[in-house]
Parts: sequence; structure tokens; C-alpha cells
Amino acid sequence: MSEIKKIKNLKEFSTSADRFEGANLLCPGCAHSIIVREVLNATNDDLILSASTGCLEVCTAVYPYTSWDASWIHIGFENGSTAVAGAESMYKALKTKGRLKQPDRNPKFVSFAGDGASYDIGFQWISGCMERGHNMMHVVLDNEVYANTGGQRSSSTPIGSSTTTAPAGRVSYGEQKNKKDMVAIMAAHGIPYSAQVAPNKWKDMVKKIQHGMEVEGPVFINAISPCTTEWKFDPKDTMHITDLATDSLVFPLYEIIDGHELNITYRPKDIVPVEEYMAAQGRFKHLFKDEYKYLIKEWQERVDAKWAYLNRREEARV
Amino acid sequence: MAKTGWDEFEIGAMLRTFDGKIDDIAGTIQENRAYSQNSSFSASVSDWRIEKPIFSKDFCIDCQFCWIYCPDISIISRDKKMIGIDMDHCKGCGICVEVCPTNPKSLLMFPEQADEEAELAKWPAKQAKEK
Repeated sequence: MSEIKKIKNLKEFSTSADRFEGANLLCPGCAHSIIVREVLNATNDDLILSASTGCLEVCTAVYPYTSWDASWIHIGFENGSTAVAGAESMYKALKTKGRLKQPDRNPKFVSFAGDGASYDIGFQWISGCMERGHNMMHVVLDNEVYANTGGQRSSSTPIGSSTTTAPAGRVSYGEQKNKKDMVAIMAAHGIPYSAQVAPNKWKDMVKKIQHGMEVEGPVFINAISPCTTEWKFDPKDTMHITDLATDSLVFPLYEIIDGHELNITYRPKDIVPVEEYMAAQGRFKHLFKDEYKYLIKEWQERVDAKWAYLNRREEARV
Repeated sequence: MAKTGWDEFEIGAMLRTFDGKIDDIAGTIQENRAYSQNSSFSASVSDWRIEKPIFSKDFCIDCQFCWIYCPDISIISRDKKMIGIDMDHCKGCGICVEVCPTNPKSLLMFPEQADEEAELAKWPAKQAKEK
């Protein structure tokens, strides 16, 4: 059972039996469940899951219903990661004492959280899990806003995005601060594996998830999850927006092994200008006024600089 | 399920997805699982839809893009073949239509009240490539 599931192509992948159910209350076109399905289907092993408070949690566990076909727990906003870490510690202790009823099963410990529960509120807890070296995976569903409570800014919200607590208007262009580089922070803990993934690159994603599940120690995964409600685009365009995010390098896909060895896993053939990514979303609409156009230019420069930095790091192997 | 009053909810509720014991969930396809009433699989969100997707088998190449990108587990794929749409769980977002690569598309959105057979009969023909 503990073998890695063989997934050569999408047809083979499609024989997986889903362990996440429909009729959850996520918005039509929400990328959360696409990411969750890709993570859960990447393995055949038992799963012990948690979700921190956020869209995913409130929409999949509406009493008296649950959308999960695996052990799943929700406690608080901040401690989804520590709940799973505790379960993992208990599992390890029982295994050493020889008190497991089915010791040959090899469960995987995964915690899901939104960017609010990871970048801001649960930051200390996740940092603790990474530092203590639990054998678990933390997956961030990064929609760059507190979507569940009505679209407040989080520390993942990028500059210029209009949110309900940083609205664009006569005096402001919306969010003033740039997005926090969470993957770098987590990699700085010296954890064996941290990576950025996107649901549209499913093969890259499954490969990273499988690697993360095999590796001994804590794993941090940051997944972009376009939000139809707060990013203000049509539900059918979710995959198109994700394509634009990865192809414009706003959300580059890379992995960091053992905290230092960086590999870029996806290089777009045709790099799309950031302007195109922003034009597709309603939250950046105000930036196309003449007085704010400089922000788009600045953003393009930031993205180029970041891409150059990643390339330099990959080349230098540091 | 039995009706519970507003002040009778358990604190820290545990819900069981399946009736009875199930040993290998990842190896059991949905038809063979004994879902309990607590699983959202037994619920329906079909009343969310304004438009519904209709699937035409004739042009499908079983690429499974719709399966992987469906957020609601509503594309039913068995033995590497796309066999239909789960209309109880489809919310009508239209992602499957957007990602369908065939020419003409094997999935198209229609108003909820559209008649499936009538629409299948007048399915658009193959379009010449724009150059």
C-alpha cells in the first residue's frame, strides 16, 4: 500500500476514485476543490486531513453533511496544521509502542488552509510544525484574500488589488503592501521540501505532491487558487486565469529542496505580459486608469526581477 | 435523517461518511460505496444551475481534461472513458466546456430547461481552422 501511485497520464489518473464529494457549497468554478482533488488523488494511501477555518472548511462541513471520505478534522482558524501534527505524533508513538492495529498501513498527514489561515493567523503554528519536523504536508490554497468573510485583505494580497478593507477609490488604489514570500520563509526553516503549484499544471502538481508525501519531514505547498467571487471573473474562466498566472510568471512554479536547492519546474513557452493577467480580473480594473498605470509597469518589473532571481538561484545551486 | 431542534446539536459532532465498514476507499469507485446520509454525496446542488452542460459522445476523445478540472466531481469517468455528467452535483460553472479541446466541443452549455435530445440533434458541426 505504501507504494507511490503510478500516474503516467491523465487517462490513468482518471481511474482514481475520488475521496472528496460533490454537493459541497463552494462557489461554482472554485479552484479549491480542483486542488483538493488533485492532492487527494495523488495517493492511494489512507489520509488524515484537517482544514483550517476558511472557504474550504465552511463549505465542505455543513452540518449534517461532510464532503470528505477520509478522516478529517476542523478545530480553529489557526491550528489546522497542529491538529494534524498532533495526530502524526500520536501515530508515531503508537507505532513505536507496537500498539497500532494495522501497522502496515501508511497514512499520509495533510493539512489544508487558506492564505489567511497560513500567511497571517496560523503563521506561528505552521512555523512550529515545520520547526519540529513532523512528517506532514501543509497545503495553502492561496486565493490572496479572506474570501470566506467577504474579501478582506490578507498578507498574501498583492499591491493594487481592491479588497473590502483596502478598497480602491478616489484616494487609494487598493492594497498598498506587496505579497509575502511564504515559500521562502518556510524554506528558511530548512524543511526537506517546499514548492509552489498550480491546478492547471496537474502533472507538475501530482509529481510535487507525491514527492512531498514520500519525503520524511514537513512539507510546505503553496497552491494558487483563483477566486471567482473576490477576483471578479466569470466562473468558467478559472483555468484561464490560472494559465495566465503561471504563464505571466506572477505565480512561478518552483520547488526548494532542503531549504536551499531551488528548481524551476515550469518555464512558459510564451511569457504573457502581467497586464493581460490583470486585465482579466475585476479586482485590478481601477489600475487601468491613467493615474495608476505606473503600478502595472512596476508590477511587471517586480515579476521580471523575481524571475531573474529564481533563475540565478537555480543556476547557482544555493 | 431525524430532525434536531436548534438547541439539540451535539458539540464537536462526528459525522460518518459511510454506513458500515469500508477498508479501501481509494480502491472503491463511487457506485460501490455505501454512502451514509451524512455524506454530501447524498445531497444535491442541482438547483444552483442556470445553465447546464450537455455531453456529446460523438466528438469526445477521452482526454479527461474535464474530469481533472471539474470542481464538483461531476464528470463521471470509468475505465479511462468519459461516460457522462453527474447532474445532482454539477453547479453549472462551465469550466468543462472551456477546457474541452475537441472541434466542435464535446461539451456545451445550454439553459437549464433545454431538451438534451433536441440539442444533441442540432450539435454544431466541425469548424474550419482560422488562420
